[in-house]
Amino acid sequence: MALTLDGVCVRRRGEVWLDGIDLELPSGMTTLLGPMTAGKTTLMRVAAGLLPPDSGRVVVNGRDVTGLSVRRRSVAFVYQQFVNYPSLTVHENIASPLRLDRSFPKRDVDRRVREVAELMGIAELLGRRPAELSGGQQQRTAIARALARPVDLLLLDEPLANLDFKLREQLRSDLKSMFRQSPGLVLYATSDPAEALAFAAPAVVLGEGRVLETGEVAALYAHPPTLAVAAALSDPPLNLLPGTVREGRVEVLGASFPAPRAHASGRDVVLAVRPHHVSIDPAGDGALEFPAEVRLAEVTGSVTFVHLLLPGDRHLVAQLDGPRAFTPGDRATAYVDPAHAFLFDESGGRLLAESAAEVDLHG
Amino acid sequence: MTLTEPVKDPVAAAADEPDRRPEAKPKDNRAWLLVLPVVVCVTFTALIPLMTVVNYSVQDIFSPSDRIFVGLEWFRSVTRDPEVRGAFLRTLLFSAQVLLIEIPLGVAIAVAMPRRGWTVSAALVVVALPLLIPWNVVGTIWQIFARGDIGLGGWAINQVPGVDFNYTLDSTDAWITVLVMDVWHWTPLVALLAYAALRSIPEPYFQAAQIDGASAWATFRRIQLPRLRGVLTIAILLRFMDSFMIYTEPFVVTGGGPGNATSFLSVLLSKIAVGQFDLGPAGAFSLLYFLIVQIVSYVFFTVLTRSGR
Repeated sequence: MALTLDGVCVRRRGEVWLDGIDLELPSGMTTLLGPMTAGKTTLMRVAAGLLPPDSGRVVVNGRDVTGLSVRRRSVAFVYQQFVNYPSLTVHENIASPLRLDRSFPKRDVDRRVREVAELMGIAELLGRRPAELSGGQQQRTAIARALARPVDLLLLDEPLANLDFKLREQLRSDLKSMFRQSPGLVLYATSDPAEALAFAAPAVVLGEGRVLETGEVAALYAHPPTLAVAAALSDPPLNLLPGTVREGRVEVLGASFPAPRAHASGRDVVLAVRPHHVSIDPAGDGALEFPAEVRLAEVTGSVTFVHLLLPGDRHLVAQLDGPRAFTPGDRATAYVDPAHAFLFDESGGRLLAESAAEVDLHG
Repeated sequence: MTLTEPVKDPVAAAADEPDRRPEAKPKDNRAWLLVLPVVVCVTFTALIPLMTVVNYSVQDIFSPSDRIFVGLEWFRSVTRDPEVRGAFLRTLLFSAQVLLIEIPLGVAIAVAMPRRGWTVSAALVVVALPLLIPWNVVGTIWQIFARGDIGLGGWAINQVPGVDFNYTLDSTDAWITVLVMDVWHWTPLVALLAYAALRSIPEPYFQAAQIDGASAWATFRRIQLPRLRGVLTIAILLRFMDSFMIYTEPFVVTGGGPGNATSFLSVLLSKIAVGQFDLGPAGAFSLLYFLIVQIVSYVFFTVLTRSGR
């Protein structure tokens, strides 16, 4: 099973939704990562055959299926909303794609439904209707519906986004083991980098309707090739500080550090640093120091986010361990270790220097 | 204890306790004052007029100063009156036909209406047009439209060989004219209600059905129809009450004729009350009419909402 997208473009009402997507996806799981409006859902709908592309081809196992109706393809789709037939019981819901599939033996339907329900932990809910289920149970039913029929292409469009935190964690680990057994191709869209990292599958990073990068998600996280990829893989968002290269040093808001490589003097750059690499306690040698004023502190329990105002009206967010007390207006010094930051070209966003020799994945 | 079980904080639980006891809730009878304006308004506009009718229904009134109490005599005579019984059965048949035609037709129109694009507004305008016309004007339009000599509709039907359509002479023709007029006038209401409900169904439901390979009929039955249950309950109630109390249009088109063919309860009632000025029987008739509408609506509502669970 292999899926190839060849120059796929989708335009709607003068807007470009997909802009020349070229992808080759092998069997197994692939994560589709990107912010909202990156084109994840559109790409999945094109792959499923729900949306005909304006140009380009969709090829499955060497066969061009671009114009083929979704009814005649072997796909299953799980949506962010919990989509189940409201008037059918959980059992009938899971059975519906099997009953409509002529090649599936009728006498095996009941056995298969129970099997999948067992797998998703909803076996005791088979007699209920979707309205009598919790959100997590409804989504489990929708996933069970998609898993029931063996399909070539299983598409999941942010299936866990509408669930609460604890359910999400639990369902994610269930799904991870389930996808490992799945014979076909699994395409899993998410806007949450933590989710993509947790699945540890090959990732396709989308942005503004284009493929920004493909590769192993952990490697992309550690060495983002462009600013857009780094931003897509950072949650909480990246801090961006403007700088200039001058005589072998990078100057950022009054502080400076040696440029990692020889760059032309006068070049504008962007220093990007993840909030957990910003500190307000004196860090090791070579850290950039910025005088700052505390604007806001958010305590989430295990971490505290401190919003800092730097000279030149620049904002910087620091993620500190544990609950910490701050008063707005407090003076502080922000420390940024350039070894943990990424340096990008100001205009194109290409990576100028890699953050550090030792890759720090756990942060 | 597993992780999924909520850990109960004893302090928080104790703090919650008093709130659960109903007597701890503060009671303030001044809240009734807020209801007072409505009570006054309803009393003045509905209760007092209704009681006046009740008063009429138990008296024989010769003149404002000369009246005698007759008890339930008028109720007895009204329920035995063959004319009233005939009108009752006629009205019931009319309502049944209206519901059987307008509800499925309205849903069919709603399903066929476009879901997006400029055609949506065009379709909405065309469908809503009959609803914007005043009722007596609807009657006048159809009175002329259905005429065999100068009406476009009546003339067109009469062009079919062997058909002699004349609603002023033929009972069946008159009945059909009034029924078609009601369908033309009120099916759009059902269609618009159903359309609004259908529009609220998220697109993924249709895609999911498509992926499953479900037919158009299965998609309608499994996805669209369940969503329509709520609005159809309202549509059926509205259309029943309205068609059971229909007055203006048949009064304008046929005046209840020919003979008694389109003499519905309301037409007969106005004849007794306003035409013959028999206030006693008319009062008893009104109350019975009122009760029938109430009871049938209640039964409809109970049955329709109960089957939804």
